[in-house]
Amino acid sequence: MNNPLLTVEHLSVAFNHKQQTVVDNISFEIHAGETFALVGESGSGKSITALSVLRLLPNNARFNADAITLKGDDLLKRSELELCKIRGRCIGFIFQDPMSSLNPVMTIGSQIEEVIKLHFDLPRDEVQQRALELLQQVELPEAQQRIKDYPHQLSGGQRQRVMIAIALAGKPDLLIADEPTTSLDVTIQAQILALLKNIQQQTGMALWLISHDLALVSSIADRVAVMQQGKIVEIGATAEFFNQPKHPYTRKLLNALPSMQSCLAHSTEEKPPLLQVSDFYCHYPIRKGIFKRIVDYVRAVDGVSFDIQQGKTLALVGESGCGKTTLGKSLLNLIPGSGRVVINGVELNGLTGEALRQQRANIQIVFQDPFSSMNPRMLVGDIIAEGIRALHPEVSADQRKDRVRQLLQQVDLPEDSALRYPHEFSGGQRQRICIARALAVDPKLIVCDEPTSALDVSVQAQIIQLLKTLQREKGVSYLFITHDLAVVAEIADDVAVMYQGKIIEQGGVAEVLTQPKQAYTQKLLAAVPVLKVDK
Amino acid sequence: MVVLWTDALIYLLIVVMLTLGLYLRGKEHIQRPLQQISRSKIGMVSLVVLVFFVLIGLLDSVHFKPANDKKNEIISLLDDWATPLREHGEKTYSAPFATTLYSKEMIMLADGSMQWGYPRLEFGGRHLDDPETQRIPDILQKGLYGLAQGLGLMGLFMLLCYAVRQTYYERLNFIVRPECEGREGIEAQDPEPISPSTKAVWLVLFIIVPLATALIHLSAYYHVFGTDKVGEDVFYQAVKSIRTGLVIGTLTTLIMLPMAIIFGILAGFFRGWVDDIIQYIYTTLNSIPGVLLIAASILMVQVYMANHEADFTSVIVRADMRLLFLCMILGVTSWTGLCRLLRAETLKLREMEYVQAAQALGVKQDTILVRHILPNVMHIVLISVVLDFSSLVLAEAVLSYINIGVDPTSYSWGNMINGARLEMAREPIVWWSLTAAFVFMFALVLAANLFADVVQDAFDPRRSGNE
Repeated sequence: MNNPLLTVEHLSVAFNHKQQTVVDNISFEIHAGETFALVGESGSGKSITALSVLRLLPNNARFNADAITLKGDDLLKRSELELCKIRGRCIGFIFQDPMSSLNPVMTIGSQIEEVIKLHFDLPRDEVQQRALELLQQVELPEAQQRIKDYPHQLSGGQRQRVMIAIALAGKPDLLIADEPTTSLDVTIQAQILALLKNIQQQTGMALWLISHDLALVSSIADRVAVMQQGKIVEIGATAEFFNQPKHPYTRKLLNALPSMQSCLAHSTEEKPPLLQVSDFYCHYPIRKGIFKRIVDYVRAVDGVSFDIQQGKTLALVGESGCGKTTLGKSLLNLIPGSGRVVINGVELNGLTGEALRQQRANIQIVFQDPFSSMNPRMLVGDIIAEGIRALHPEVSADQRKDRVRQLLQQVDLPEDSALRYPHEFSGGQRQRICIARALAVDPKLIVCDEPTSALDVSVQAQIIQLLKTLQREKGVSYLFITHDLAVVAEIADDVAVMYQGKIIEQGGVAEVLTQPKQAYTQKLLAAVPVLKVDK
Repeated sequence: MVVLWTDALIYLLIVVMLTLGLYLRGKEHIQRPLQQISRSKIGMVSLVVLVFFVLIGLLDSVHFKPANDKKNEIISLLDDWATPLREHGEKTYSAPFATTLYSKEMIMLADGSMQWGYPRLEFGGRHLDDPETQRIPDILQKGLYGLAQGLGLMGLFMLLCYAVRQTYYERLNFIVRPECEGREGIEAQDPEPISPSTKAVWLVLFIIVPLATALIHLSAYYHVFGTDKVGEDVFYQAVKSIRTGLVIGTLTTLIMLPMAIIFGILAGFFRGWVDDIIQYIYTTLNSIPGVLLIAASILMVQVYMANHEADFTSVIVRADMRLLFLCMILGVTSWTGLCRLLRAETLKLREMEYVQAAQALGVKQDTILVRHILPNVMHIVLISVVLDFSSLVLAEAVLSYINIGVDPTSYSWGNMINGARLEMAREPIVWWSLTAAFVFMFALVLAANLFADVVQDAFDPRRSGNE
């Protein structure tokens, strides 16, 4: 352990257009064969740190460091040309989004071969042989056939496997994985992590994991460093780190983690049902041929029934593609669906035109992506007031302004926000604005479509707290759509687990999360990364 | 006063822009982009150039019949002021600042004998006794005199502005001071430092205005850009063409925009049969060569005017009618490109979550179109309007070439280029018509393009936020 593989000394990065330093004088080292995790919230500078080691920063970035040494070789003294041989060969890199990092018009096999040819002088058939071996190493099923596939033919998890194969192609000593599982489902995430760990053991390379997820890191890393606003605030071995966090920021992060235990605290008191959904279907026709004949249906939502009680929260859990978002949107009639939907005693199916418009006030929605869910050219005040203007045209402009001010107060935003544009706000603040917009028409039910999955842990905790407070004060019910079981434990009273368009299990939150009956639910629960704290 | 059709439309356009300006004046969120534009050097400089062109165009859009009317002529304010230029026609080509014609002729000398040589011009340099020696010093002298005039004018103007500024701040201080008494930390307001963009504007004004006065002063004695085949002053032609260029650029866009925007957005937003119909219309229209439609409609207008001769007595009225129809038919044939772009963008936007949120809030569909879709496609509209503006000015030149452009009797850069085209092969070359048209056209199109860039940057909230 005396000779570290990678040493970074006093690295600082700043951008020209912003006068602030993104990475502020950080030093760390990574030893051969270990797993080093760099944890921080978005914007803390963790990805920039990784990119500056490889000197892949954007042009307007200025960086300086005393030394960046890889196996005793100072990378700062290397020319760009020499560095090209180090990238990929000595240091492999896995990016967050496997879709945009693969070239969509090249087969996965040729993309792997490209890297092999770049770094090793091998005859053609050996290159192909090696590419196949790599795909087998990353456990891609039927690697022999899939080698000629294009990226769009693979699922998200399989694409990430291919990305790992490409990173491994140069037989690197250090593998940098920048949020490798963030865009994947929980069960896939567990598989990918297991794979990374497995490969690390086989090859003995070092793994530098960049993540925002403390729970995930606790299960895989040997040493952990926490970054906050460009500085490393705490660094240490995993066990020590999680058992005795020293820095207040680390403690705050650990406290913000939603915990599975909190599901036990919910009351089980029965309340009258607000929303009753029975036998709900949502089928998309698949059309083929020149006459666009309907040959089959995509059964996005396939016969679903559930109730939501007044002032309670039903969490709809499932992996991506299981139809939970489609269900949420079609309850609001944004996507056509069929089946009986009764809210507050009013039957919604069959309503059209003006009658439907008047019922809109009852159900509102908060979307997943706080960046695309607000018109970038409207002022926040107008965005919030939009529902009032549409459904209550009789309200005067002054009353509307008062109402907007009051709503902003309820979601803890400053009053002058009304005269600003959405892009001036952070992700968490935008989600607050979206909540205020939904609240403006006094809905009975808010469909929350993964409202926290694009946010940092501490912000996520705040938003969940806000939603709970609003529920207490206003008695509003939530249909909380999520893939994150830990969040479910925090907020939900009841849980419905969705799989391939059907609800396979539902019940009280404590019951489902502690004694799951279905195998699928058990699998989901097992895959959730849990903070490993050795007591 | 006589109001021609295109004049009326130009006035309408100005009224609309003024009311829009007044309406938007109080809006806080419009102020910020406007301030950003006023801070941009390039933006303000190109705006000054544009305003200069527009002013000339406006002067040329006020038509009346002169009091001592003999030829049943309608002239504009600009014509009235440039009467000497208008009437100082020569026999044929003469080079810029020349005192003789461009080609040799038999000249009758004072003693009655004939000689083969370059005859003196009737008006250009007439005041000179011996052009050989006096011409260049005279041009320099008159040019410098014109420059000095312009500089003096600008100097006076600047002093005036400075004085107004000073009194404004003094009065402001006078108002502010009594309240400030007893409070520390609040200083009497000093005049703000002059921003770099203001300095740039002054610099450009100090270049343009003296240049203009020098040209005006010189053009009384010489043909500064020479004369064309029938001896008309090219400088006068180029200046008169400004109006034609502006009219074609703006009116065509005005006719094209509503069609492109309405059809594009409706097709993209509603899909289904609406989309089908609109797509059929524009693919059909697109597959007919535009030239064919333009030629047909110009022919129609000509036939119509021939049948109703009583209504089109003056040459200028006929030319104006033809210009208007050219604008219309250009508008009708050129909306398809923008329409396609807008349809594609709307297809993307309608799936955006803020549109779904608006639907969930019960916002009516027409309101969604106006409030959510339209503002978010405006950047495309703005870019394509400016690109079209320049390409329309150029298209006019091409159409004039095959004789279906503006009336041959009216002034346009296209006609100038068309007329100069054949003379390019002549030895020695007649270059001034083409150059004059090119310089004016280039200045206008460049200024419009640069200004549009700045406007677009300023009005895109995402981009202005990053800077």
